[in-house]
Amino acid sequence: MTAVLVIVAVCTLAAAAVAFALRPLVHSALCLVLAWAGVAAFYLWAGAEFLAFAQVLVYVGAISMVVLFAVLLTRRQSGEGDSRVAGAARRVAAGLAVAALVAGVLGRAVLAVPPASAPVAPPTLGVRQLGGELADGHAAALLAAGALLTVALIGAVVLAAGDAGRHGEDPP
Amino acid sequence: MSALTLCLLFSSALFAVGLAGALCRGNAILVLLGIELMLNAANLNFIAFWRYGPPGAGATGPVFVLFAIAVAAAEAAVGLALVIAVYRHQRNIRLAEAVRLKG
Amino acid sequence: MTPALPAESWLERVPLTVRDLVTGLFPAPWRWLAGSVLAILAVVLGFGLLFTLLTLVERKALGRMQNRPGPNRTGPFGLLQPIADGIKLLVKEDIVPFAADRPLHFLAPVVLVAFTLLTFAVIPYGRHLLPVDLDAAVLFFFAAGAATELAVFMAGWSSHNKYSLLAAMRALAQLISYELPLLLAVVPEVMRAGSLSTAAIVAAQGRWTLGILPHWSVATPGGAAAFLIFMTAALAESNRSPFDLPEAESELIAGHLTEYSGFKYALFFLAEYLGMTALCAMAVTLFLGGWQAPCVFLQFVPSYVWFFLKLAALLALLIWIRGTLPRLRLDQLMRLSWKFLVPLALINLGTVAFWQLSAGWEPLPARAARWAVALLLVLGPFVALGQRLGAGVGPRRYRYAPA
Repeated sequence: MTAVLVIVAVCTLAAAAVAFALRPLVHSALCLVLAWAGVAAFYLWAGAEFLAFAQVLVYVGAISMVVLFAVLLTRRQSGEGDSRVAGAARRVAAGLAVAALVAGVLGRAVLAVPPASAPVAPPTLGVRQLGGELADGHAAALLAAGALLTVALIGAVVLAAGDAGRHGEDPP
Repeated sequence: MSALTLCLLFSSALFAVGLAGALCRGNAILVLLGIELMLNAANLNFIAFWRYGPPGAGATGPVFVLFAIAVAAAEAAVGLALVIAVYRHQRNIRLAEAVRLKG
Repeated sequence: MTPALPAESWLERVPLTVRDLVTGLFPAPWRWLAGSVLAILAVVLGFGLLFTLLTLVERKALGRMQNRPGPNRTGPFGLLQPIADGIKLLVKEDIVPFAADRPLHFLAPVVLVAFTLLTFAVIPYGRHLLPVDLDAAVLFFFAAGAATELAVFMAGWSSHNKYSLLAAMRALAQLISYELPLLLAVVPEVMRAGSLSTAAIVAAQGRWTLGILPHWSVATPGGAAAFLIFMTAALAESNRSPFDLPEAESELIAGHLTEYSGFKYALFFLAEYLGMTALCAMAVTLFLGGWQAPCVFLQFVPSYVWFFLKLAALLALLIWIRGTLPRLRLDQLMRLSWKFLVPLALINLGTVAFWQLSAGWEPLPARAARWAVALLLVLGPFVALGQRLGAGVGPRRYRYAPA
């Protein structure tokens, strides 16, 4: 079982690392989509099937579309990706150092905890049970999440439309 | 090294990769993608603890992750709309140039 | 081994007997793998055959609707036409533009066909013929369908052709606009059955009133409205006329498929027909009772025959629609989705919720009132929204033609 986990982890990390190292933005976005699919594979391995399908539906099916549209709508006429500006190498080095520091601290914290004593039976997550918990215990949060998504949708539309003058609607 | 430790190391590494991406690249969209990756890493943590945690915790881990996915989706949409709005002003999306408060 | 039910005929058990025969040839630890591979082969070969038959039937039917015979030269009644088409597409030269992104250009049709084939895994083709019994089967189906949109973008982007890219963005806009009514039309069915599992949804429709009226979802007002919304959205999701703007020849040549030739084009074609078939199969499962027979005494006919009869009827309906309705323009298409289908689907949620909550209204006047309220909730918004959207469309007045 852990062999599968290691393979999924390595593939996801590799895809994520490559995504941030590539120059063309579209390739970066598509590599990151692979990383999100890897995360969905992890959810499948852990037994949370509903979450895996939700992850694919939301991230690979929807957020990737928004990202790709934004990439296409904000292209510079000459070339793409970021061109090297002065001080970029220093910024990259500083960023990598901070990330390595955070990784070190987190790794130390994880490895300092002694592993659990007995193997735990894998929990099963039925869709009915998940729905029951959502509606029973977290109904307020569910409604708030719905309101948040609606507000975000309207806000994103307003922001992206900007104050461009609206021509009259085309005749049906 | 138990499977739980492996899962936690995986999510820490993913978080670090997302952080590196958000800090190193000067492109607004890539910074947003780095933040999305960090959110995903945190979700991995939730599921790892749900899988290997104490029995009888119900579906708390997956419920958290569901809400986190929803919030991340909303944040990605609004963030990318902001990027488009910034692009309208300065014709590129280099974060280093978005330093003026009034465009 | 699933036990035989009393109303089952021996024909029903034939696929299971075949499967047990074949997997019995393998050692015990590998039987599950052999069973899975057998199911995959059966689905891929079966639906591949259906695809070839469907292309021929569509061309003949469209031909007859347009007062011409359709293909009739290759073989009797043109039956060898799909083989001729396959040979032609296989031997055609595979041209990739010089500046195109080669890996993405290659991956786009592969990803599309792969995810479209994935969606066939959760559809119950017969009483015992469900390839994978997932708890969240409906979500899996739509997640795999959503992932196919990425392939459309990859195709348009990798061609390095600004018209392909533009067409890909228009195709994506159409796909994401119609995903919302598609999913919203499915939610009432999940509510009705109380489960996301396709097997449970089909089982929940397995009752008959007086032995001849089936309790399929489409026989209720909310279910019929949801069925119509689902079929409209399915037409748009599979790029079928009247929503075939992305691939119409008069629109940017072939849209995002302009730079594809030979076998890759055949793969896109295959993916479109497979997607159409998968959506029709899901519609049969959700709304038309899946493999359930229409009447109690007709249950001697095997369940997979009923499934394929219903699937054939829906596919014939789609072909009929293609031959009849004119193509919609992009803004008309999007307006139909956002301003008509989405509000209708949302109101339909309320209608089905009312239907479920009033299931216990027993005496006949209460039943009649329930039907009346449900019909009002379905037809009222439909008429009101239709009037609002179609307002201002009058007889066309031509500027330069004599009145």
